Amino acid sequence: MNSILISLRATCVLAVVTCGVYPLIVTGIAQAAFKDKAHGSLTMDKDGIVRGSAVIGQNFTAAQYFHPRPSTAGAGYDAANSSGSNLGPTSQKLNDAIKDRIAAYRAENGLGDKEAIPADAVTASGSGLDPHISLKNAELQTVRVAKVRNLSVEKVKEMTVASIDPAGFGVLGGAGVNVLKLNLSLDALK
Amino acid sequence: MHSTDWLQFALYLGILTLITKPMGLYLMQVLDADGRTWIDPVLKPVERLTYKLIGIDPKREQTWQQYTFAMLAFSLVGVVFTYAILRLQDVLPLNPQGLPALCHHLAFNTAVSFTTNTNWQSYGGESTMSYFSQMVGLTFHNFVSAAVGIGIAAALVRGIARSSVKTVGSFWTDLVRVTYYLLLPICLVFAIFLVSQGMIQNFDSYTKVKTLEGAEQVIAQGPMASQVAIKMLGTNGGGFMNANASHPFENPTPLSNFIQMLSIFSIGSGLTYYLGRMVKNQAHGWAVWAAMMVLFVGGVLVCAHFEAAGNPIHQQLGVAAADGNMEGKEVRFGIFNSSLFATITTAASCGAVNSMHDSFTSIGGLVPLFMIELGEVVIGGVGAGLYGMLVFVILAVFIAGLMVGRTPEYLGKKIQAREVKLCMLTLLVLTLSILGFTAWACVSDWGVAGLNNSGPHGLSEMLYAYSSATGNNGSAFAGLTANTPWYNTTLGIAMFIGRFLMIVPIMALAGSLAGKQAVPPSAGTFPVNGATFTVLLIGTVLLIGALNFLPALALGPIVEHFLTAQGRLF
Repeated sequence: MNSILISLRATCVLAVVTCGVYPLIVTGIAQAAFKDKAHGSLTMDKDGIVRGSAVIGQNFTAAQYFHPRPSTAGAGYDAANSSGSNLGPTSQKLNDAIKDRIAAYRAENGLGDKEAIPADAVTASGSGLDPHISLKNAELQTVRVAKVRNLSVEKVKEMTVASIDPAGFGVLGGAGVNVLKLNLSLDALK
Repeated sequence: MHSTDWLQFALYLGILTLITKPMGLYLMQVLDADGRTWIDPVLKPVERLTYKLIGIDPKREQTWQQYTFAMLAFSLVGVVFTYAILRLQDVLPLNPQGLPALCHHLAFNTAVSFTTNTNWQSYGGESTMSYFSQMVGLTFHNFVSAAVGIGIAAALVRGIARSSVKTVGSFWTDLVRVTYYLLLPICLVFAIFLVSQGMIQNFDSYTKVKTLEGAEQVIAQGPMASQVAIKMLGTNGGGFMNANASHPFENPTPLSNFIQMLSIFSIGSGLTYYLGRMVKNQAHGWAVWAAMMVLFVGGVLVCAHFEAAGNPIHQQLGVAAADGNMEGKEVRFGIFNSSLFATITTAASCGAVNSMHDSFTSIGGLVPLFMIELGEVVIGGVGAGLYGMLVFVILAVFIAGLMVGRTPEYLGKKIQAREVKLCMLTLLVLTLSILGFTAWACVSDWGVAGLNNSGPHGLSEMLYAYSSATGNNGSAFAGLTANTPWYNTTLGIAMFIGRFLMIVPIMALAGSLAGKQAVPPSAGTFPVNGATFTVLLIGTVLLIGALNFLPALALGPIVEHFLTAQGRLF
């Protein structure tokens, strides 16, 4: 019985410290030092309207935009319902989805039947909110975007390079093209 | 593996090695009621006040029975505390989305899950939990369940180091000191670092934006960084968001990923140094550490190899073979960091994921599953890893004793029938829980109804779930729909078994060893340091892990591997 009473008191004291004092100190410092990031790195268009988060992917289907990876978060890029497909290596459903995505990707970008498709272009990410595509994926979409926007391929390539989030210290993880950042910068040209 | 992958791996192992000794030395101070640290000026008054408020004498040590009973009482109160918060979520504050209260079986499952340091999640964070539930109901356990685990490990080490005494330390002192001196200060710095990388920390309601194409996107928010810091450091692993550490807010950059991976192993690695120090045989601590590292490096290389090789079925369709298996993985982490993270999170009992294990290749997914089934002794959960490994150490010493025909001794203590029985009890209980519950789910409608994949992969989903719950890991082949009364209840029981039916025999072992007389080493004593011992320890871990689970694994991931090669789909 004594142990239960001590446990009750210990729970109260430790809860105040770890669930009250600690998170409030973290919030205070975060708000003071990294206000923008603490609120989700919200990003604006050239008119100053918030159009998304710099670190969260969003859906693009129009030809003038670079397209993100397939997403299984909610109905696609639902940032209140993050999720992967969780389909395994022998899944018929995953196999069919990849087959369809490859056909669509080839058609959109005018690629031949023999051309290998970057894996990230036809597979869903773990979160369903991956903000990046691989450099190769971006390269294959460049001609399409340049054509629709009446821009030179070189210009679009240049902007793609400017939207790369590099690997950490050049070593950690992988570099990726931030799709929202790139599409925002393309829209800002007009 | 590319050259940059090798470089990252070397960097990870190098930094981990470098922090092991300082962490171990710091743990020596934290786990000593009279220990001194550089933050004493700030924390000593708070510590004293805490003892006064909860009404204990920090210098009063406990027998193993008293220590265990205090731990059980504290855990029971913790389960009720969190269960109540989750059931009352709708009337509690900090719920800007107006999320409803959790139903009874989900609240039970979640309360047990976080109390046992498992952090299995039958729910998606952003669609289920209010900020209050996350910050108080769950974060509380992220701290204290980690502190309890470290305390148990310390009690066992004290039992080994002491002789002819009855006490193994004070539960309350360990709990308070580990929380205050170890976990809180590191988390404070760690959380701020995470925000600097792009992690959120706010109490805003979910942000609604109009995307460039004019659609509406709702972006989940919340006090994430403060929770994620302890989720990683305390090897809890419960994600703030459904997608856990693959979510861009929850793991924004490759650097945040690297530091999160280091934090999972940091305390567990330091505890091996603490062991060496305490038993005055530093080479023994390093020998145990080396055995862990060999198993770890092997796991990473196998997992990374198969993930980089990718899925032959998808490559036949036209996916570039050089890209590997990207289903369920993030571009910013790539193949190697996803494989590395998956091995770390299951070698330790963390269970956070930065990629979806369910979508790994057959053998790539076998590695995390196997790591859990070895008992998460490869560094392992904070505390749990060390006490789990010490069970294998005692068994290894016992087996060596049998081979040379002498009474086995471990650091001057005779290992007798009682100690070996207690060690075997912990292993058998875990095996029985994993295989028993999986078998039950396999032949039940409720078990099969939850599957997201068919064929052998379906079996793997169930096997992974009960391995993860019993091993107190918390990661999942997450396609499984576990939020049903049957799954929530059976998984809850498995987590309970995995935590407490492991800890009680281990505390009995601690008490038994503490009471023994130390005998000086003789020519017949098997040395517990050096390469021979390390190899024997690895052999013991692998043999027991493999023998128990190979038949089940053969029916799941192993047969699936051969079917993938044939192009068979389900």
